[in-house]
Amino acid sequence: MNTVTLTVKNAPELFLECENVNPDVFAGKKADQIAKLGAFQGKEITTLGDYFTIAGEAGATAAETKIVINGDCTKMKYIGAKMTAGEVVVNSACDMYTGSWMKGGKLVVNGDVHSFCGLAMAGGEFTINGNAGNYLGAAYRGDWRGMSGGVLRVKGNAGSDVATFMTGGEMIIEGNVDIHLGTHMEGGKIILKGNANRRVGGQLVKGEIYVFGSINVMMPGYKPVRDVDLEVDGTKAKFTEYIGDLGERHPKRKGETVYGKLYMKQ
Amino acid sequence: MMSEFIIRNGHVFDPVQGIKGDKKDIAVKDGKIVESVSSGARVINAAGKTVMAGALEIHAHVAGPKVNAGRWYRPEDKHFDSHKKPGMTRIEGGKSIPTVFKTGYEYARMGFTFAMEAAMPPLYARHVHEEIHDTPIIDEAALPVFGNNWFILEYLKNHEVENTAAYIAWVLRQTKGYGVKCVNPGGTEAWAWGLNCLTIHDPVPYFEITPAEIIKGLIEANEFLGLPHSMHLHQNDLGNPGNYKTTIDSLKLAEGIKARNNFGREQVLHSTHLQFHSYGGTNWGDFESKAKEVMEYVNKQKNLTIDTGNVTLDETTTMTADGPFEHHLHGLNHLKWFNVDVELETAAGIVPFIYDPSNAVFCSQWAVGLEIPLYAKDPMRCFITTDHPNAGPFTRYPRVYSWLMSKKVRDELLNGFKKADKVIGATTLANIDREITLYELAAMTRAGPAKALGLSKDYGGLKPGMNADIAIYNINPDKFPSTGPEIEKAFANVAYLFKDGKICVEEGKVVDMGKKQTFWVDAKVKENKQVMHDVREKFLRYYSVNENNYPVPESYAPHQHIISVDATQ
Repeated sequence: MNTVTLTVKNAPELFLECENVNPDVFAGKKADQIAKLGAFQGKEITTLGDYFTIAGEAGATAAETKIVINGDCTKMKYIGAKMTAGEVVVNSACDMYTGSWMKGGKLVVNGDVHSFCGLAMAGGEFTINGNAGNYLGAAYRGDWRGMSGGVLRVKGNAGSDVATFMTGGEMIIEGNVDIHLGTHMEGGKIILKGNANRRVGGQLVKGEIYVFGSINVMMPGYKPVRDVDLEVDGTKAKFTEYIGDLGERHPKRKGETVYGKLYMKQ
Repeated sequence: MMSEFIIRNGHVFDPVQGIKGDKKDIAVKDGKIVESVSSGARVINAAGKTVMAGALEIHAHVAGPKVNAGRWYRPEDKHFDSHKKPGMTRIEGGKSIPTVFKTGYEYARMGFTFAMEAAMPPLYARHVHEEIHDTPIIDEAALPVFGNNWFILEYLKNHEVENTAAYIAWVLRQTKGYGVKCVNPGGTEAWAWGLNCLTIHDPVPYFEITPAEIIKGLIEANEFLGLPHSMHLHQNDLGNPGNYKTTIDSLKLAEGIKARNNFGREQVLHSTHLQFHSYGGTNWGDFESKAKEVMEYVNKQKNLTIDTGNVTLDETTTMTADGPFEHHLHGLNHLKWFNVDVELETAAGIVPFIYDPSNAVFCSQWAVGLEIPLYAKDPMRCFITTDHPNAGPFTRYPRVYSWLMSKKVRDELLNGFKKADKVIGATTLANIDREITLYELAAMTRAGPAKALGLSKDYGGLKPGMNADIAIYNINPDKFPSTGPEIEKAFANVAYLFKDGKICVEEGKVVDMGKKQTFWVDAKVKENKQVMHDVREKFLRYYSVNENNYPVPESYAPHQHIISVDATQ
């Protein structure tokens, strides 16, 4: 695997749209070609070379390409967005859309990410070694297609409206979340190691949510049905199983109604 | 002062003059096509290229409150597609519901110089004109909707054609409207009672009138006024299996009525997006095409025109004044639903829609949309539309042309469908060998719609004296491109677009914003005290606005092209 190292030399004045910073675009390119790739700053088209010092060269394919980014990326959007293979490591905090629409590969952010990251993620591994903002792994504004695959892990806390319209994949939040976790969920799995504020699983049709801590205010549409012993993300414990959201439409399978599941650690 | 141009050696296709690809020079002076120009004229070398008049869009939803509601409630439609292209253009956002700027640029890049907004709610006409004014390059007009309007329902219940005509003339003047649109006659109003009108004989509750009476009455009122365009009908029972019978029943209402106007228009009824109205079967399982049956009737009946409403198999946004239909659609796909009721006049609904090519029904709809123009005997009476954005975005016209002009291209798609056998069984497309020629395409997209809109004196052709709206494509008719993508590319990026004698697009790049105009029809009628009394009363009793705040002020349409009609005789 070849490594390309990007080091921030000029901070953008506005926010920089780094749609071209991913292994798929870099594949087969040398440092000088990468420097010429476009990046929007507002409505102006600039190049990556205007902001980064670029060292190394990419592999022949995305899968053979690793990108390491050093310096302050807090005003950079779309890093690793739409990547399908390879690896990206960002040693900074990042702005919106980081890892959004990701289909494969590995993305690690050694810092915080802003809101709307991991949107509609469909595959790969996305790890945030800091905190995440709102709408993590949710659907884009207005859209009804949220995270559908892959594994998204946050070491810290996440904000509100996390995993809205999730239909598949796995999300692990090791800290706490604010309101609206897994709203409109129709599949997939959320593991929350910390606490949630209110409205967990509102209008949830299908899917599973595991909560290790507490929920400040429980949704009224959830009903406890039994106690189960489970191993969740390496932790063995007894959980109370709830079904819900009982106020929502639920599909039938072999004559049985399929409910969403909420597991609360005892 | 405009400059002079001479377009040399292009292959000219002009049904107005019967020119079928002959090499000819076209001279342009002061915004008009002329016989000859001086030696100082700029020479445009069109050798090996196709020259046609600017195209006219007869039915699209491109401006106004429901289009804009689509824009704000679907931010996901423009997220990946809203960057600025180099040059003088502004940011272009949106796929199925583009911004007004993108709308103007994209039509122009495809060789269009006119677009008709197909449904203007009279109460919100100001919004329609604000958007029309902001859409660059292309001329536009808008059709106010009348099919569920309380005045119309009350007048036509007693068959008061003259009062209906006087009211229409009043609305056209208030809204700066172009003609008479009728959407799901009676059905949208019935929906306020939780009902719909699925045949032309279903009574409208409270008003006790049938869609048949509304359709016939509006045709008669339109001819009473002698408007440039005919009554423009979106029929009842759109999009349901087995609806083709209602479609033919509705078309029969025009039998025996003659066009009466000074604009060279011959039809008395334009039936829009016929694809959605040509279905057989009783449910989505035994759904089948009835395009052949419907088109056999249309071919016989010379006082009708139609447009296609081609499904392009894209993710799009459906929007129509057919409120009950949108609610029905939301029940089918569970996606977000927008609805609004427009007081005494109409309603509108919006639902996103994905015409998934792995679904046999959607593919059959695609086939029906192609069968209609391929069965059309007279290309001057059949126009290509996508009912933008309902069956697909208008930006897909080049792709629709590629399917119509190449059997190979459409058969490749047809045979490659996941459920190809089912689609081939439910439709007749596989048995059709016809390929639309460039000359027929010029009739279907230029001369035909211009004539149907009553604009044939100045638009839709290349005869000296006509407006210099000219599209030049990188297509050599002697070596017509053989693959879908090549055909698409050529029709999506004109070599040149002249609008009013000025070059606005060059090699697909917008170079001038042109001088866009808003067309509307000012119909003079005898003073009608009854109608003016009814207007006053309805505003006092029902409308949420004052009568004085209803008209569209001049400042909303500063560049007007007014077509006057005298119906006082």
